[in-house]
Amino acid sequence: MHTAASETSSPSTPRTSRDLRWRVVDIVVASVIGVATGLLFLFWNNVGYAWFSAADALTPGLGGVAVGIWLIGGVLGGLIIRKPGAALFVELLAAIVSALVGNQWGIETIYSGLAQGLGAELVFAIFAYRRFGLVPAMLAGAAAGAAAWTLELFVSGNLAKSAEFLGLYFTTVVISGAVLAGLLGWLIVRGLAATGALSRFAAGQDVAQRV
Amino acid sequence: MIATQRLHLVDRVNPVSRLAAAMLLTTPLLLTVDWVSAAVALGVQLVLFAMAGVTPRVLIARGWPILIAAPIAGLSMLLYGQPEGTEYWSFWLARITDGSIELAVAVTVRVLAIGLPAVLLFMNVDPTELADGLAQIAKLPSRFVLGALAGARLVGLFMEDWRAMALSRRARGIGDHGVVRRFATMAFALLVLAIRRGSKLATAMEARGFGSDHPRTWARESRVGWPDALLLCIAVAIAVLAISCAVWAGTFHAVWA
Amino acid sequence: MGRVSETTRPARVEARGWGWRHAGRKRTALDRIDLVVSPGERVLLLGPSGSGKSTLLHALAGVHGGAEEGEEFGSLLIDGEWPGAVRGRASLVLQDPDSQVILARVGDDVAFGCENLGIPRDEIWPRARRALDEVGLDLPLDHSTSALSGGQKQRLALAGALAMGPGLLLLDEPTANLDPAGVHEVRQAVARTLDRTGATFVVVEHRVDVWIDLVTRVVVLGRDGRLIADGEPQEVISTQRDTLLAAGVWVPGVPPAVSAARPVPAASVVDLEGIGLAIGRRSDAVVRSDLSLALPRAASTVLTGPNGAGKSTLALTMGGLLPPLGGRVRASEALARGLKTDPIRWRSRELLSRIGTVFQEPEHQFVASTVHRELEVAPRALGLDAATTARRTREVLERLGLDRLAEANPFTLSGGEQRRLTVGCALVSQPGVVILDEPTFGQDRLTWIELVTLLRGLVDEGTTLLSVSHDAAYLDALGDQHLDLGSDALRMEAAA
Repeated sequence: MHTAASETSSPSTPRTSRDLRWRVVDIVVASVIGVATGLLFLFWNNVGYAWFSAADALTPGLGGVAVGIWLIGGVLGGLIIRKPGAALFVELLAAIVSALVGNQWGIETIYSGLAQGLGAELVFAIFAYRRFGLVPAMLAGAAAGAAAWTLELFVSGNLAKSAEFLGLYFTTVVISGAVLAGLLGWLIVRGLAATGALSRFAAGQDVAQRV
Repeated sequence: MIATQRLHLVDRVNPVSRLAAAMLLTTPLLLTVDWVSAAVALGVQLVLFAMAGVTPRVLIARGWPILIAAPIAGLSMLLYGQPEGTEYWSFWLARITDGSIELAVAVTVRVLAIGLPAVLLFMNVDPTELADGLAQIAKLPSRFVLGALAGARLVGLFMEDWRAMALSRRARGIGDHGVVRRFATMAFALLVLAIRRGSKLATAMEARGFGSDHPRTWARESRVGWPDALLLCIAVAIAVLAISCAVWAGTFHAVWA
Repeated sequence: MGRVSETTRPARVEARGWGWRHAGRKRTALDRIDLVVSPGERVLLLGPSGSGKSTLLHALAGVHGGAEEGEEFGSLLIDGEWPGAVRGRASLVLQDPDSQVILARVGDDVAFGCENLGIPRDEIWPRARRALDEVGLDLPLDHSTSALSGGQKQRLALAGALAMGPGLLLLDEPTANLDPAGVHEVRQAVARTLDRTGATFVVVEHRVDVWIDLVTRVVVLGRDGRLIADGEPQEVISTQRDTLLAAGVWVPGVPPAVSAARPVPAASVVDLEGIGLAIGRRSDAVVRSDLSLALPRAASTVLTGPNGAGKSTLALTMGGLLPPLGGRVRASEALARGLKTDPIRWRSRELLSRIGTVFQEPEHQFVASTVHRELEVAPRALGLDAATTARRTREVLERLGLDRLAEANPFTLSGGEQRRLTVGCALVSQPGVVILDEPTFGQDRLTWIELVTLLRGLVDEGTTLLSVSHDAAYLDALGDQHLDLGSDALRMEAAA
């Protein structure tokens, strides 16, 4: 088997069933998910932001409840692509789409995407890119929320706000990340796998039962 | 949408340099929350963009999300900003004080100063040229840059899919009620279609030799020249001027302080 | 590796005991294939859905994915080398026009393959221009690719493949999604190319008549993924006739066994009519105006016309989904059942039991996670009781032969099954009028016959049908009334 193939495939990447190198389909589908998530952000930048700002302006830190949706790119990328950097790539690309089309945060959006993507990526890396169940998904969402909170301390000047505000805001952002990004992202990926759309990915082959 | 508004200088600058300029200009402003640096930066930006050809109409058409977001960010800071000096009003955790008023003004102007340049600099960016620049000038990995570019091109198809799905919901008898649920079924179906299309697109790209380790050539050369250098200098100059004014006026307020 | 082929020296293909199993499947998609294609040979590859035809083409193009996507047996070589190692020797054009446009401008898209092969910049643009000439796409290099028709997109993909200078040209159902004009364009472009380059050629397609005069050899794969026939085109077609028909292949000279269209009785009642209609998808963009048409009850009307003539827009307007931009759509009192006679003013739920619309793309219509639940959407929206819902759903499942798939996810069905399901979703609410947009797009002969027989049955039971189609055989079978949007004006008299 693979008689002719073995000499041409690069020797540094042995053919295992869990190849961590990105295939073209990984890159393109990650990009498509990133762009689609970016479009979702454009919608949420209005709807979600309305809640965020109303809550943020009138209540201390409860605006964080709406933040989770902005963190979903990292969870989707990590769960579907299952390669190092996928969570970061998808969340960052979504942020770039959102920034380039135009939103209220400008270039700052890209920094947010970077931080949120890294937060989610860190969790998948801790699980050594081997576990993609509900627990890693919710932890990735929560970590993305924590990263977003940390970045906002500086770029939004939140360090100038009171400790009570920051504590409440941290709690809501992390819970929102775990639920709206982690749980929801996990449910979406499960649904996608059931449609057969992920047949070229390990995430879809686990579920596919057709012979 | 006003997509065809031409800009002097900016239109001749490589998209990568525009990205760099936006970062050079706004990143230093992120370090401080004070009204002087933000106001100086915003003032200079508005004058320069007006000279480049940004009319008030364009400013509103492209910048409205920022124009709305700025006062909202200010209001949050007004109520929950670190209290300092005289207290005018309080309710539970909300306290309006001298300090929070000053912070609120600063944050409002700061959102404008940071948000507007990105939107205006990217007004006429062609995604293909941005990708060419990112891969050839910024030397990002071409597989990822081109994969992202090709994926982004599918957006036009997604828009058509979305319209067809909206009509089909009416035909299926679920067009009148449950906006949230309808949105959810459409968003999910769109994701399915997007991934299917993406998988096929990946095959089509591989069929054209994409993704091998072999070095690729570029049919379109991405160039940088003096307009790029000029824009970058302007960006740095504005940032330096804004921060210097704040330090000189004694209002510089580092975010970590 | 990654050697660039000089010009177009025809390639030689050799498979020895080759096979492939997709990851996560028990059965091999292709099994012990032995096949030698000599340089310059032109092969038509036939077989039923799921026989692995596409898999073989993808493997030849070196794009069937690595170990993550499946397991390979035996050897498959191009000019004695593994296909992945000689990128550019083979190039592949796929079925779906929309999914193989890669870049935003025509010139960039054609140049893409050359760039990947590392061809110097000065050489790329002449190659791109020559390839565009060859496929007959006379467009500026900076023309937008999203503005092209389906046939043009396929020719663009062909140009992108040709610019790479391949010795082996592979086409995977390149005309399945095209109208007759598009099919003709693509076929002519391929014929010209092959005559000039002499490249080795392998094409997969259900419609034999498109390619039969161009190929020198026909190879047939069986349902089990093994090779069952190989030889001269005419000989294979005649000896394997029954096998091919059973595989859903459109064999030339064998018309589908369905009854022909029948004339509309002169005294027919009109169920739905358009009076002086102006149509368009957006209120500021009128596509056509002054259209008048009438749909006689219990008869089938087929609407034809060239691309961009507004066929689908007219169908959606008649179906009460798009508002008329001028004139009006009027439903008969019997169809309106007490409502105002303008369908666009009906609520979604009211439309459901009066006019059913089946869209061109089945996947645009799915809203549920199983076939069974998909069929229950309409009864639920109508507020029918549980017993009625269950009965109607069961009836439709049986009638459409989908009972076996009741618990399957709609997105996982085959193209033919998906089409039947969308028709079923319209039937379950028992509308008086059913509107279908390109119902036979990309269908093989078997699913085509099933669908046409089903629709004729509906008409016989009293349903009024309006279909948009470019399919000549469909018009023969269901064109009780034929309306041609290509003609100057569409009038009610055309119904006679």
